[in-house]
Amino acid sequence: MAGQNEDRDHITGTATTGHEWDGIKELNTPLPRWWLNIFYATIIWAFGYWVVYPSWPLISSHLPGVTGYSSRAEVAVELDALKAKRTAAAADLGKVELAAIKADPKLLSLALAQGKAAFGDNCAPCHGLGGAGSKGYPNLNDDDWLWGGTLQDIHTTLQHGIRSTNDDKTRISAMPAFGKDGILKKEEVRLVANYVRTLSGLSTETGFDKAKGEKLFAENCAACHGDKGAGNKELGAPNLTDAIWLYGSSIDEIVETVTNSRAGLMPAWGARLDPITVKSLAIYVHSLGGGK
Amino acid sequence: MSIQARYRSMSANEVAWAIAAAILTLMTIFIASKATDAGYAFHMYVFALAGVGAIITLGKRAAANVPAHPLQEIDGKPNYHMGPVKFATIAAVFWGVAGFLVGLIIALQLAYPALNFDFAYIQFGRLRPLHTSAVIFAFGGNVLLATSFYVVQRTCHARLAGEITPWFVVLGYNLFIVVAGTGYLLGITQGKEYAEPEWYADLWLTIVWVAYLLVFLVTIWKRKEPHIYVANWFTLAFIVTIAVLHLGNNTTIPVSIFSPKSYIVWSGVQDAMFQWWYGHNAVGFFLTAGFLAIMYYFVPKRANRPVYSYRLSIIHFWALIFLYIWAGPHHLHYTALPDWAQTLGMTFSIMLWMPSWGGMINGLMTLSGAWDKLRTDPVLRMLVVSVAFYGMSTFEGPMMSIKAVNSLSHYTDWTIGHVHSGALGWVGFVSFGAIYCLVPWLWNKKGLWSDKLVNWHFWIATLGIVLYISAMWVAGIMQGLMWRAYTSLGFLEYSFIETVDAMHPFYVIRALGGALFVVGSLIMAYNITMTILSGEAAEGVEASKPALVPAE
Repeated sequence: MAGQNEDRDHITGTATTGHEWDGIKELNTPLPRWWLNIFYATIIWAFGYWVVYPSWPLISSHLPGVTGYSSRAEVAVELDALKAKRTAAAADLGKVELAAIKADPKLLSLALAQGKAAFGDNCAPCHGLGGAGSKGYPNLNDDDWLWGGTLQDIHTTLQHGIRSTNDDKTRISAMPAFGKDGILKKEEVRLVANYVRTLSGLSTETGFDKAKGEKLFAENCAACHGDKGAGNKELGAPNLTDAIWLYGSSIDEIVETVTNSRAGLMPAWGARLDPITVKSLAIYVHSLGGGK
Repeated sequence: MSIQARYRSMSANEVAWAIAAAILTLMTIFIASKATDAGYAFHMYVFALAGVGAIITLGKRAAANVPAHPLQEIDGKPNYHMGPVKFATIAAVFWGVAGFLVGLIIALQLAYPALNFDFAYIQFGRLRPLHTSAVIFAFGGNVLLATSFYVVQRTCHARLAGEITPWFVVLGYNLFIVVAGTGYLLGITQGKEYAEPEWYADLWLTIVWVAYLLVFLVTIWKRKEPHIYVANWFTLAFIVTIAVLHLGNNTTIPVSIFSPKSYIVWSGVQDAMFQWWYGHNAVGFFLTAGFLAIMYYFVPKRANRPVYSYRLSIIHFWALIFLYIWAGPHHLHYTALPDWAQTLGMTFSIMLWMPSWGGMINGLMTLSGAWDKLRTDPVLRMLVVSVAFYGMSTFEGPMMSIKAVNSLSHYTDWTIGHVHSGALGWVGFVSFGAIYCLVPWLWNKKGLWSDKLVNWHFWIATLGIVLYISAMWVAGIMQGLMWRAYTSLGFLEYSFIETVDAMHPFYVIRALGGALFVVGSLIMAYNITMTILSGEAAEGVEASKPALVPAE
């Protein structure tokens, strides 16, 4: 390249390769030493790594590496260690009754820790991280429970779910769709809705005939919600006399509830989580504020 | 010139192209009439429309008496073919702005999910591939077409091979972009990241790509220079490898010719491996080799300095293309992929570090003796900063491929930050620099309409990138640490939803960074438009350069 009429760059004093493309020349600078050394070092390191860890494929297997490393074995070891750490204490959670867990501070703190972790990943998407719920998803912090707020009630609800399709013992309540199914006429639905509002002291629309509303309520609703609308936890019938409304308390929202009915769903967690986790969840939810 | 005929009959070449376009039109109308899917029928009509448009254009070409066989040289200087280059340059600016904007929208959707307005066509799942394809393939692809066709002509001292074929490559490629992009919005996708277009779009791209390869190869074949310039090696490696990757990862069997749906022949972990062999080398050969070709022409040209080291360019070129192709498995650490493949992916990624940096050294050191120009030339500054970002992300990449690091970074937003330091900093800036150089050269202007606006673009976009990548570093590392945090009792410290909640402030900062980048690109679009429409015509300075072809 460095021929008889060698071309040099006047700034760096380095020879060019003697070619030029559209005005661009190239210097004949040698490879930077540090660059080359690091490049060699990475290659040597790679060879070393291939010796230690599983590497090049062979015809029916691969070079195993002198350590016999396997990421599956590694993860199995880690999972076993975690399991051991948990079950050392958690085994007791499986053996004793819910009430006994509640009474033992050590078991309680364990159950709450496990319950919190399980709640965040399984329950929070609907009920919120703090269990405050939202429209259609019950608030777990108050003391209003559709299906009962004792430890055992909560555990049963968690285990079998609500209207869950894959659990025979699931909690089911089926309020008729009074309007959609033609049980009540439009005006009647409105009358009942107004009456329901009176149960918790809310205002009614002008011209509302309370006697008619009361009669309709007694004929259609009282069987489940009770004569006074106080609800029935055996049937999952909400208390209509308090200030807590799962689907809203406005006249329009109540009309919609009575017309089409509502049927919230919760999975049967017994089918998804192990028994100890469900137990811990029951303890955790019970502790949120409203447990009976 | 003497008196010319006002029109001429179509050349054999033009007739052949018109017949091909007619066949395409008839075939696609037939398929559209029996299509099982409305979106697919729409795409077939788009192809049909393109076919009709091609026939009309070919006819007009003859009617307007555009020379069917322009001279290869005028007065001993090459009669360069810059029409397709101009088109691709403008397309690049257009798609760039569009792609960055879609990126901003999805960044905002991540920070404020309500911004999807519950409207199916603008859900994150549809806009995300629209963003990635728009910036990589539409913006990046058009930049590569424009620069490669420009550089190969100038450095080979020869007119581009073919008359209609280069136009077919550029227009056909953009047709692919339109079909791919509208497909995502209509829900047509094969669900492979960065390879979402379905079989018929892939097939069309294959035809376009082969034409691209041929135009490029034949132009090199008829070069007037004894040697092939380094930029052209990189472009050739890019074209050939992308062809191989595209065919390997899109080996699908369509359900029917009347349906957009197809099934990939690979399955399970082999499919995953094919996908990331493709995905990683799309980065390696599309976004690295292709753009290094840009760096190798535009940096020395703009700095008016010789390339730092010819030897380094040879060594790092071969090392880069040999090593890159093995690195894909690092995308599948700790998955069902066998450990030996993970080892190879990781070790080759580490060995790739210096070959990648060879390009950075050659780019930066070319400036030696011309560093002062950085103060006065914002375009050169953009090019040089792009090389710095290239160096940074090609260090970060090998580091993240180390399994211990990857166990923290994988699936977190650190990856998104890494990609964007490369995409915004390296690919974006080197493209902007090249476009700012190209436009005055192509349209025979003295310079850009406003150098001041380039300066604004540079600083606003740089600030945007810094906000973007630092937000994603913090967010990603925090996310990774939160995922792996255990309580003393052996339970996860944080639920997934808590980690999502913790990301929110960083998602807002990221969107802000993205917004600044979009603003920068709008400034560029304005400056480019004004340069073309009202820039001062070049004289004297440009006279030493071979004359460009008059507008066709």
